[in-house]
Amino acid sequence: MSQTLTEKPIAVVSPAPQTATGDRKGLTKKEIAADHPTWCPGCGDFSILALYFKLIEKRKLWHEKITTISGIGCSSRFPYFVQAHGAHFIHGRALPFASGVSLSRPDLHVFAFSGDGDAFSIGGNHFTHTARKNIKMTLVVMDNQVYGLTKKQTSPTSPLGFKSKTDTWGAIDYPINPAKQAIAVGATFVARTTSTNPNHVLAMMEAAMDHDGFSFVHCLSECVEFYDGAFDAANPRKGGVFNEVPKSHDVTDEFAAYKLASQDFPGSFGVLYKVNKPTKNAREAEINQSHQSKFTGLKDWQILQKTFDRMK
Amino acid sequence: MSEAIAAVPSPGGAAKVSKINEVVIRIAGNSQDGIQAIGGFLARLAGRSEQEVMTFMTIPSTISGGPSIFQVRIGSGEVQTSGDDADVLLAFYQHSYEGHINSLKKKGIVLFDSDHVQPKPEWETEYHHIGIPISSLTVEAIGGTAKDKGKNIYALGVIARMFDLNVAKLEKLLGERFGGKDPSVLNNALAAFHAGHANSPSNVLETYQFTDSERKGVQQVVMNGNEAIAYGLIAAGVRFGAAYPITPWTDIMEIMRRELPKYGGTFIQCEDEIASVSMAIGASFAGRVAVTGSSGPGISLKTEALGWAVMAEMPLVVINVQRGGPSTGMPTNIEQSDLNIAINGGHGDSPRVVIAPANVEDCFYMAIEAVNIARKYSVPVMFLTDQGIATRIEAFVQPNLEKVCQDITPDFTPVPTHKPYDLSTADGLTHHVKPGTRILDGRYPIATGLEHDEYGHPTGSPKLHMQQMAKRRKKLQALGATLPLPKIYGPSEGNILLVGWGSTEGPIREAVDRFRAAGDSVSAIHLRHLNPLPNGLENIFSGFNRIFVVEMNDEGLYGVGQLGSVLRSRYAEAKIQGINKTDGLTWKVKEIVELVKSKSQK
Repeated sequence: MSQTLTEKPIAVVSPAPQTATGDRKGLTKKEIAADHPTWCPGCGDFSILALYFKLIEKRKLWHEKITTISGIGCSSRFPYFVQAHGAHFIHGRALPFASGVSLSRPDLHVFAFSGDGDAFSIGGNHFTHTARKNIKMTLVVMDNQVYGLTKKQTSPTSPLGFKSKTDTWGAIDYPINPAKQAIAVGATFVARTTSTNPNHVLAMMEAAMDHDGFSFVHCLSECVEFYDGAFDAANPRKGGVFNEVPKSHDVTDEFAAYKLASQDFPGSFGVLYKVNKPTKNAREAEINQSHQSKFTGLKDWQILQKTFDRMK
Repeated sequence: MSEAIAAVPSPGGAAKVSKINEVVIRIAGNSQDGIQAIGGFLARLAGRSEQEVMTFMTIPSTISGGPSIFQVRIGSGEVQTSGDDADVLLAFYQHSYEGHINSLKKKGIVLFDSDHVQPKPEWETEYHHIGIPISSLTVEAIGGTAKDKGKNIYALGVIARMFDLNVAKLEKLLGERFGGKDPSVLNNALAAFHAGHANSPSNVLETYQFTDSERKGVQQVVMNGNEAIAYGLIAAGVRFGAAYPITPWTDIMEIMRRELPKYGGTFIQCEDEIASVSMAIGASFAGRVAVTGSSGPGISLKTEALGWAVMAEMPLVVINVQRGGPSTGMPTNIEQSDLNIAINGGHGDSPRVVIAPANVEDCFYMAIEAVNIARKYSVPVMFLTDQGIATRIEAFVQPNLEKVCQDITPDFTPVPTHKPYDLSTADGLTHHVKPGTRILDGRYPIATGLEHDEYGHPTGSPKLHMQQMAKRRKKLQALGATLPLPKIYGPSEGNILLVGWGSTEGPIREAVDRFRAAGDSVSAIHLRHLNPLPNGLENIFSGFNRIFVVEMNDEGLYGVGQLGSVLRSRYAEAKIQGINKTDGLTWKVKEIVELVKSKSQK
């Protein structure tokens, strides 16, 4: 469990009672895996899924304590492949759905899995606001720089010149830089990784999970079907380079993080930015505590009665 | 009816006291004059005096300024509407005087601020004019710094004198409203009130006293419809909501944002309408039915996510405070034109529940009903109120909160196995196991918008699609079988049946009263459950020759409104016709009467 969850549970709405965990063994991969993934052979998303399983195993998370939430897209089939409570919501809206879970259930680990179209195009507004509100959850965006489920249209992260079915002559719209955008709108944890470096993906997911706030992992994940070779430049086995964020980088330095995020592809991988700010979850809990302290010992109906007494 | 006031003008006579059993007062001024405050005080006072009360207001959609009215009807007996025509018009300006004189009964009293209003000689013979320099007397009473402030309270004092209202109770109300701030605020208010009350009655020829209320000994609460919905949801156990501000829904989210923390709950102001409905659904999925709400365009934006909630069978309450549409439409006007989107909005076949309160008391109790239907049937419930009920103040018997308030804390007891979309149940009901609950066989469900098998995993099977579709339909049919038939207002057989829904119950019933007083055979029913409809309406319909569905929406391409269309398609009944209007104002009783007369001659 992350620090925040074990040390100071924030009771907002309806946390489930703590269950005794001493008698339970950690889950095995077999117990965590559900449906066989429907992704194309060779898809980068397999790697992310395998490492999510590994994260659950390594950190001894229980089925019932994780909630896996997604929107629509290839990436967003994710919850079906995980043996845990989950929801496959509508296109672009995984973040507000996950926020509803996070803000009412402080006892759960909330993970949202999304793709570049889901997170940055149709769901772009929610990306901004969930980040700025610092709602506690982990968002992993599997970015393949193309619309895969609908078979090769331009995505908001497709580079200029990318030939898709909606830009047969090559993309002309300037792409989004997800890490820069996340830093700019106030995300408190921003990391970059790539599906071809499993240890790094796991390290980033783990760091994201432990961050008390909105944690965003931008994960390159190749679409072998519609954008083959997109990330070769980041893969040493394909002649590319995998540059980690320099050890000297100060992750709390917003400007330095912004500069790192602005590097030409493939850029640097690792935690670009991480600051501790009170989460919305904590702020709301404080508001609740200060209000509830005025009504200590009263039942809910008695609190409402006090209000009604003023409406006579 | 308040015949007493109109019937006894006694010019030149000494001030005398007449007994009345109700009065309709229309206060007309500008929106920043605090005329809602006068109306609010009168309504609250009536509530505390065990009287019935109903108000009606119009607010301009501009941010500040613009003509505005507040009408309050107070009665010792049953009050069904805020009244067609006023007994008293309180006019602060020339435009208020000229614009509203025709809403006054003949021989009614016009009480005007003679600092601003120049009476018209031709009207002075038709109406009883009483001019008081309200503005200058207010300044005199509370000092020159007050400018226009306080004249509403001065006018309240005049009205209190005229209707022999309980001064001590009004002082207490003023204290509750203005106390706690700078003490000079309350002192000024009281000074203005007493000055108005003491104003020489030399031209207030007559004072009026209410007869004893039929509600003696009953504790009442006074609130508007939006307040009643917010508190109803809290009583029902709702502890999470999410929304985006839009008129006239916004009051509800403001109240819930302010109140829920007392109960350990949270209301989130979201970045947009889609985020709001999504967040509320997320919270419902997390274990406890949540609420979102909106008006007009906001409802349109929520429909995709609503479809998901239907498909995933997720409980949700959506409050729709209807306003004039389409598009931005008439944001501060009343209309009942969202029934179609409430029942059918969104793509695909997506059955959900639609209920509509008829008055402020309904807003409270039906909010609880909405929550319980959503929970029991795992379905989104759209709660269709409208701008009329939203701002209308009524007094109703104080609910027994100890009995009414519910604890709906979710249960996380481990279960051996779980199939959320179990096809073997007869009534099609789904019961979700909440995240946080251990499922001992290790198979966990997914809530999904894709067509799915019994565990929530996607399927392309035509057979499963048909079975799950039937399941989602059947559970609403099961609900329909439990719904009570509406009571018939008037005899159960006759010539004409009026059918209404929402805020129009009062004027429809008064129209029935007028018809019956004139010897016409007219009855009415009022529907609160619109989708599904209660079973057995056909038996009621069969007792009448003609059925008119009275709605504040357009008559549509085929001459019936939105509920009219639903009833026609459900009962294939050609005698169902529409009585519709879209002027953005509540029904006047005489409008209904005239339309019924003209349509029934065809």
